[in-house]
Amino acid sequence: MVKASIEARGDLRLTRLTKTYGDFTAVDDLSLTIPKGSFFALLGPSGCGKTTTLRMIAGLEEPTAGSIHLGETDITTTKPYQRPINTVFQNYALFPHLTIFENIAFGLRRRGKSDVKEAVEKVLNLVELPHLAQRKPTQLSGGQQQRIALARAIVNRPALLLLDEPLGALDLKLRRQMQIELKWIQKEVGLTFVHVTHDQEEAMTMADTIAVMNEGQIEQMGSPADLYDNPETAYVANFLGQSNLIKGTISGNDGDSQIVDLYGQKISLPKSRSHAVDNSTYAGIRPEKFRISLLETPVKGNVLSGGKIEDVSYIGVSTQYQVEMPWGQELMVFEQNDDGVAPFKKGDAVNISWEPTFTFGLRGDEDATAGSEVAPEVLDEE
Amino acid sequence: MRKIRTPYLLLLPGFAFLFTFFILPIINLAQTSTQTKIAGGDTGQYEQTLRFANYFDAFVENKEQFGRSFIYALIATLLALAISYPLAYAIAFKSGKYKNVLLVLVVAPFFTSFLLRTIAWKQILGEEGFVVPTLRTFGIISESTTLTSTSFAVVMGMTYNFLPFMTLPLFASIDRIDPRTLEASGDLYANGYTTFRKVTLPLSMPGVVAGTLLTFIPAAGDYVNAAILGSPNTKMLGNVIESRYFKVVDYPTAAALSFTLMAAILILVTLYIRKAGTEELV
Repeated sequence: MVKASIEARGDLRLTRLTKTYGDFTAVDDLSLTIPKGSFFALLGPSGCGKTTTLRMIAGLEEPTAGSIHLGETDITTTKPYQRPINTVFQNYALFPHLTIFENIAFGLRRRGKSDVKEAVEKVLNLVELPHLAQRKPTQLSGGQQQRIALARAIVNRPALLLLDEPLGALDLKLRRQMQIELKWIQKEVGLTFVHVTHDQEEAMTMADTIAVMNEGQIEQMGSPADLYDNPETAYVANFLGQSNLIKGTISGNDGDSQIVDLYGQKISLPKSRSHAVDNSTYAGIRPEKFRISLLETPVKGNVLSGGKIEDVSYIGVSTQYQVEMPWGQELMVFEQNDDGVAPFKKGDAVNISWEPTFTFGLRGDEDATAGSEVAPEVLDEE
Repeated sequence: MRKIRTPYLLLLPGFAFLFTFFILPIINLAQTSTQTKIAGGDTGQYEQTLRFANYFDAFVENKEQFGRSFIYALIATLLALAISYPLAYAIAFKSGKYKNVLLVLVVAPFFTSFLLRTIAWKQILGEEGFVVPTLRTFGIISESTTLTSTSFAVVMGMTYNFLPFMTLPLFASIDRIDPRTLEASGDLYANGYTTFRKVTLPLSMPGVVAGTLLTFIPAAGDYVNAAILGSPNTKMLGNVIESRYFKVVDYPTAAALSFTLMAAILILVTLYIRKAGTEELV
């Protein structure tokens, strides 16, 4: 039984997983399959249930309802030490009384593996820290501890590697570097990685598939490009990057497109990206997809006219504009600084245009601000 | 200049206190330990003759009590460790919002006098207490066996009296363990027992060392428990020193015994700390 579970391999399948603490539902009827060998990210703000989900997979929390399967093996109630799953903890949780070598060897020794020395040295080379083997964890920097925590987990060749905000304690520059390294290591060792994070950029950089979580449920799941270009809900549109959501009415069809009336101006929207359930909709456009032009300049594609530049912020690589539209809404526009100068000034009367294929449509009864108010920087979740 | 002087000024009150109440009495004690009776003098009149054989005589005469002191202290220390470790572990990890209440309960006995609490044990273990009849009912002790005035009573009294000195350092040490390291151990294929042996216990070793020292050292020198709960057959070295000083008025022997006890404890403790290697565990 124990033997069988510890050698289980295959896809991870969560079925109707629920976890409640008293009246509070942390994870609500969650079902998903994580294919073997993939880099999967659970993305969401503090308290969305992503860490609880991870802890249930690790066996550190017992689900209130539902089941967890690894391949054909039901591991819902097996103890953490009987699961072929290892975790990289948020604050690393290295053993302070053991050397780096013994920290990494811990899992191997528990399972009575031979060739411990060889395996540890190999993984230390992989994380590029072979010279630290005899140090204690407190003698290492945060970035080094992070790599050792990773090494301690992957040396066991688990069926599944769980990463709980593994880069949260690192500074921005180191974080970016580790993101690339983690991705590389995952490819190198070919393990299934399940990565929990609140950082949408981190999730998009590393994961093949992202599940955006909100209030204990999965809001949307897909590839990073899928989620970014074709969000199904206002929550996803706002949490993953920024979005301009303009209220409108679907007034007709034109082949593969819908014609949407935005305060009297008609635009077109690909049907494949419309998630509206009736005539009322929100047309969504990412700020960098917009182009600004002066009134006399001819433009193609979708056009909204009558804008007025309200604010200009030059941020080097791009310039951010706030453009006030005739109906009072301020739209956000990011323009690349291709030519080195900000061509528009505050008060300029402008048109806004964009490629119709970049438009996505949401349900008209949604809260257009959902997901934009959450503070993704808060680290102490649950 | 001023900066250099400040630490010494801060140390001054402590040094002055220790000098007056520790160094001077120790010197006095050392002098006393090699004195001999003035020929034809009154009781308690001694002169300095540098008779180091006092040490040998005192030890030979009292080696039984010597051995008893260390054996009782050792048993009491091990019992206290066995009781305190689960207690401290539970308070640190499982007590939630009752943590502070439980800690207050651990030190609550200090609100009553040490003597009174020891005398209370006489009641607990006496014929009219509940322990003896209960043990008799279950046939664990025979009808004729009593518990008072036995070495059992002395060791129980010492275990009880020094329990907080064991529990508090253990708690401080266990409380500092990051529970995530225990989760990590489970995550890395260690079951509960292995996690305890490989992670919890090594990480709590500073507390184990501190607690056992704080229990063993005063227990080895204790005489109150043996005096109140014991019999002449359970006398410890502390009882001998006390009676030599206050009853027999044999100051040199009492002083020599005190020094021998101090030296023995110092040697044992040094060996123990060497073995436990606490400096590795911070």
